[in-house]
Formats: sequence, C-alpha cells, structure tokens
Amino acid sequence: MLDAMLYALPFLMEGLWVTIEVSFLTVSISLAVGVVLGVALIYGPLPLRLLVRLFSDTIRGIPILVLIFFVYYGFPAIGIDLASFWAAVTALTLFKTAQVIEYVRGAVQSIPQGQTEAAMAIGLTFRERLTNVIFPQAMRRFLPPWINGVTDAVKGSALVSLLGVTDMMYSINQVIGRTYEALPLYILGAAIYFIINYSLSALSRRLERRFSFVQA
Amino acid sequence: MTEPLLAIRDLSKSFGTVQVLKSIDLSVNRGEVVSVIGPSGSGKTTLLRCVNFLESYDGGSITIDGVEVGYDEGRKPRGERALARMRAETGMVFQSFNLFPHLTAAGNVMLGLIKVRGKSKAEAHEIALHWLDRVGLSHRADALPAELSGGQQQRVGIARAVAMEPKILLLDEITSALDPELVGEVLEVVRGLAAEGMTMLMVTHEIAFARDASSRIVFMDAGTVAAEGPPAEFLATADDHPRLSAFLARFRASHF
Repeated sequence: MLDAMLYALPFLMEGLWVTIEVSFLTVSISLAVGVVLGVALIYGPLPLRLLVRLFSDTIRGIPILVLIFFVYYGFPAIGIDLASFWAAVTALTLFKTAQVIEYVRGAVQSIPQGQTEAAMAIGLTFRERLTNVIFPQAMRRFLPPWINGVTDAVKGSALVSLLGVTDMMYSINQVIGRTYEALPLYILGAAIYFIINYSLSALSRRLERRFSFVQA
Repeated sequence: MTEPLLAIRDLSKSFGTVQVLKSIDLSVNRGEVVSVIGPSGSGKTTLLRCVNFLESYDGGSITIDGVEVGYDEGRKPRGERALARMRAETGMVFQSFNLFPHLTAAGNVMLGLIKVRGKSKAEAHEIALHWLDRVGLSHRADALPAELSGGQQQRVGIARAVAMEPKILLLDEITSALDPELVGEVLEVVRGLAAEGMTMLMVTHEIAFARDASSRIVFMDAGTVAAEGPPAEFLATADDHPRLSAFLARFRASHF
C-alpha cells in the first residue's frame, strides 16, 4: 500500500500545484471583490444594494457544480469562451464572492451604530471610519467563517477535475487508471487535502487570537 | 453684542410624519454653558445631534462661527470630506460612551488627532496623555475600554472629544448610563472644563448640576423651546409655567 502511494506521489505534484493555484486565485479574488461588494451592500445607494443582493442570492442559490458547468458550457453562447482552467476559477470565484459578501455584511453590521457615530463625531471620513474603526472590530467576526470558507475552497477545487483540469483529484484518478489500486490513492489524496486544510485551520486560530480583544 | 458661536434658527425636523423639532431658536455664546432639559421625546437629543449633523434637518439653519453646518450655500448636503471637517469642530460625548473597544484609552484620544488633525504619533500621544491627565486617568492610558469602569470610560470619552480642541462641546446625557456613585467624577470634569471657558451645549437630567454649572437652562417640550433663562431666574419662575413645573415636580419626586 505504501509502495503504491510512493509510486503515485510524483505524479500528484503537478496536480497539487494546480489545486493550490485554483484555491489561491479563488480565495484572493473573491476576498477583494467580496469586501468591496459587501461594503456596497451595506452603505451603497439603493439600486447598487439591490444589484449586489440579487447577485449574492442568485449565486448562493445555485449548486456550485451547476455553476461550473454553466460557466464552461453556457458562457460561450454569450461570447465568453474560457479555457477549462479559467472557467473553473471563474465559477468558484463567483461562488466564493457571494459568500464573502455575506460574511462582510454580517461582520460589519454587528458593530453598534454608536461606533460609527463616535467616529463621525471626531471628524473621520467614511473611508477613515471603515479602516480605523469598523474593519478592525469586524475582523474577528469575519475571520472564523471566512477561514472556514477558505478550506471549503480548497476542497471545492476538486470539482475542477470534472472539466478536465489536471488538479490533484484528476491526477489521482489518472494514476488509478493506470494501476487499478484505488484505495491507497484515495487515502493519499485525502491525507494531502487534510494536511493543507489542517494547516489553514491552525493558522486561522492564531489569527483569531490576534484579533480578539476584550469587548466592552 | 457679538455674533453667537452657535446659532440655531427656526430649526425643524421630522421623522416620517412625526415632527420632533418645531421651529427651534437657540443661541450659545462663546464660553457659555447651556443645559437642555425636558421630558423624554421632547427632542433634546435630536437637537443636539443636528448640531454636528449626525441627524439631518429639514428646515431652518444651524451655524457655528457663522458657517452653516450640514449644507452648503445652495442648501445641498455637504460632501463627505467637508462634513467630516465641520464635525471635527464640534466635540461630542455620548450617553453610552461609544469608546472604540479595540483601542486603548490613549488610542481612543489619539485617533482623531492623527487622522483629522494630522499630528504625528508622538505628538498625538503627548496630547492624549495631557488630556487623560486632565480627566484623572493618565495612569490608565494603556487600558482597553473594557478594563475601565463606566465613569472612567466616560472620562476618556470627554478627553477624546476635547483633545480635538472643538469650538463647542456637545454632551448627550453623559451620566445617564452611569451608576449613581460614578456620576460625580464625570460631572467634576465637566465643571472643570466650564471653568476654563469651554463652550458647551448639554442635554442632561441632572437638574442640580444644570443649575450649578450652566449659564442658561433651556426647557424643551414637544419639539419646542418652552422656557429658557439663567438658572436662578429660570427655576424661580418655573411655577408660572405649568409644563415645566410638572416636569420639575416629577423630577424631584423621582430623585428624593
């Protein structure tokens, strides 16, 4: 069994790299876009708020697998023809962005209105209020679900194998196709995913401790 | 007579169909301490919040040093930055303190100094320590708000407001959320500021304090200024005013 794993390992490395790439792109783009849209959802003018709400509700209402197929097979009909890798990243990012929007909304709205008023009263502008008063406090409410979402993104990235993207999952299946030894390979795959996600959780616990302060 | 520092003229404001401020006229001169008293729902807090535009107003004007607070010449609401600069000229102390829980006492005072007044960290820290000392809390400069008592938190709130050197200080029922034994230490600080000539407009339920520390008392009732005058005169003539004497009677009954 161990032999089978050691034999397979080199073949998985390239796939592992793709998995990490997909996860990293998904997580970082969705974070940047999601924070902006989340702020727009809370503070934006009504039409913008409705638009973001519509986007978030629609995306979150669609199974992620359907979303992936939709982007890959459906978008070409409207002139957007993405390579399988980018189609997968786009679909996963859309999905993740909708989640980040909701995490941001929840975290920011948990900060009492008095904080905004006190920040206004000393003359801070909207941007200064967000960066100096609201975000630092919202951070500890945002981090736990978000890091949870990061591990979900790593796990969810396995779905890109369904578009023929050679990620780790796809590489595992390739090796199994050659050796017909499924169990050791799936155990190995599970172990690698677990190691990545466990490290992320450990990191998140440290981050959460850093951002926790005694609440008044 | 010189132009008042704060001039409120014919101010009106509605929440939906409820008119909470009805043609309010009120002036505060430089160095004056004006106390606003009145039953809850009479519009006193709303009035105070209009002065630094935490609430918009529908009609009339509020000027500080001759400059309209919330609107420009064309009566369009001021832009974000202009409004922020206007607000920095008025200090506000809140009933529920509203200290920033993620910053230390000194950090709370320093934030506006650094971001709005453009001070360096070192300068801001020095100023913060000076004001924390003034409110008797220099030894607690590094404490987080959660580590302070209510009275201490409110004194930090005062330090945060006055450190910005505002033209006028707005105090919104600043002792209402405090345990009775902590009220004194906060009022003592306010008394000290008054003695130094800080212009203040305060909403309060501490009638005795208003009497002792104010230049004038204003009684608000149902969105109007129903009576106003220097404390001694004001309280002496209260009997002529049925709503005011009823309010004061209720106050006395509930406190003693």
